[in-house]
Amino acid sequence: MTSSDKDANFLRNKLNKERVFIEEFRGETRVILDRQMLLEACQLLRDDLKYDLLAALTAVDDWPNDPRFRVVYQFFCTSTCQSIGLEVRLYDEDPSVSSIEAVFPNANWHEREVYDMFGIAFDNHSDLRRIIMPHDWEGHPLRKDYPLGDEEVQFSFNFDEIDRRKRYASD
Amino acid sequence: MQQPEMELTVDELRHLVSDRAIKGETMVLNLGPQHPSTHGVLRLLLELDGEKIINCVPDIGFLHTGIEKNMEAKSFEKALVMTDRMDYLNNLGNNLVYCLAIEKLVDLDVPSRAQVIRVILTELQRISSHLVFLGTHALDLAAMSVFLYCFREREMILDILEMCSGQRMMTSYFRPGGIWRDVPAEFEDAVKQFMGSFPDRIRQYEDLLSNNPLYIDRTKGIGVIPKEKALSWGITGPSLRASGVDFDARRATPYSGYEQYEFDVPLGSNGDVYDRYIVRIEEMYQSLKIIQQGLERLPEGPFRSSNRKFVPPPRSELGHSMEAVIHHFKLWTEGFPAPKGDVFVQVESPRGILGCYLVGDGGPKPYRVHFRTPSFASMQVLPFISRGHFVADLVAIISSLDPVLGDVDR
Repeated sequence: MTSSDKDANFLRNKLNKERVFIEEFRGETRVILDRQMLLEACQLLRDDLKYDLLAALTAVDDWPNDPRFRVVYQFFCTSTCQSIGLEVRLYDEDPSVSSIEAVFPNANWHEREVYDMFGIAFDNHSDLRRIIMPHDWEGHPLRKDYPLGDEEVQFSFNFDEIDRRKRYASD
Repeated sequence: MQQPEMELTVDELRHLVSDRAIKGETMVLNLGPQHPSTHGVLRLLLELDGEKIINCVPDIGFLHTGIEKNMEAKSFEKALVMTDRMDYLNNLGNNLVYCLAIEKLVDLDVPSRAQVIRVILTELQRISSHLVFLGTHALDLAAMSVFLYCFREREMILDILEMCSGQRMMTSYFRPGGIWRDVPAEFEDAVKQFMGSFPDRIRQYEDLLSNNPLYIDRTKGIGVIPKEKALSWGITGPSLRASGVDFDARRATPYSGYEQYEFDVPLGSNGDVYDRYIVRIEEMYQSLKIIQQGLERLPEGPFRSSNRKFVPPPRSELGHSMEAVIHHFKLWTEGFPAPKGDVFVQVESPRGILGCYLVGDGGPKPYRVHFRTPSFASMQVLPFISRGHFVADLVAIISSLDPVLGDVDR
């Protein structure tokens, strides 16, 4: 995939040579950026490098390591059939990154899903609220410190104990 | 740690409806999750001016089963079973994208017999999914007779899948390295019998709908997705090709040997509901072409990789080979380890680009697996293309986007 290597180097030269890293794994190129550079990088990808499809936008939680979150973007160019990935690493204290909805409109729901599942806030998003979980849910399910959630069976011997702890729909 | 406020008040949701609704000029109607026309548990908040839609806000998440979270707790091969259940009309396609991601991550080979069988079955699955689209789309427009005809054909395909894997729908037939077991002797005859009768049947369904003035009236010019905006909105698959954009993952990023097959990619011109219907009908013919080529070139050979580090040995070997027993033990108790790294693979599902982003961390379980599902991306567009249309048109538009709520919510 030499063409996406060229594109990665183009991004690196345009942004900031010291703070942009390029990784390759199994023939795929990934560019690791600081979060301030993200919006500009996406604009370069769309306008100069002609990547027209935001194929995927997701996040990975590396708890308990820091930087804790990795927000991963995958772009695809339909005319040259090249794909390139971007990655932004976020710390636990302030997991927020600017929204790329202005550049790629279909990032809207993907960013809502990442917000819902990980708690990563996207600045300048038009409508950032939960999308898959109910709107009053507490917690962010795909974080590593969120339990998988097997529900304890309420038998008669522990009925009262669980009743005291359990949050019912009326709460 | 900063955590945004959880409690939502009416004021915060006010931006979803226009001022006219607050004043009472327009009506906010709930097209609730339980509804025969929403193709699953999709909830829509419609703001209506009479019958005309001012805005429609999709509310999804009713079929969310935490598949991605669950898969993190299971080993790679056990987690495969969960992928069937995402897009439940395209089970083999989900298996395929996950297996391709694993094979890319651990660098596993797939023998050519398995590749060809994968292609044949994926195309059969595509036909069965488009048949469900056709049946439910016509049903939504009250052309109810088409529905059971399509399901009658689909039964033939489900019989073939049951013959191969023992299951009609949640097959888990594709495994990392190839397929679970070789196709039985009756497979080829069954597929040929299906291919013999099917083209005639599609022509009959086309006769019912394509030149029907009632159908054309209800679908031409409805729900137009403009060509320039379609890709930036994230639409892929037949809905994108109906708008005239030639993008098919089988051509752009070929997988499983698709570059060796000759087939056309049907394109539409207007991007309305009618074109999306026509594109899917044409794709069924093209899938038949691919299946024909697949059957002709089906080679003899192993059906799964022989790399024992990832693929369990056949039972017969366990009787006389200690290495086989050790591999079997390792794979059954722990599973195979994946290197540290992440891959992204995309395939063409009947709904669009289905992508799998898989992160390995050196252990036997996927550290993070995310599926970029086409229906999730297509649902976003619903408010934009349904504004100004009537509620009856909205039903046609939803069914033409062909969403599967398992795909949307995972």
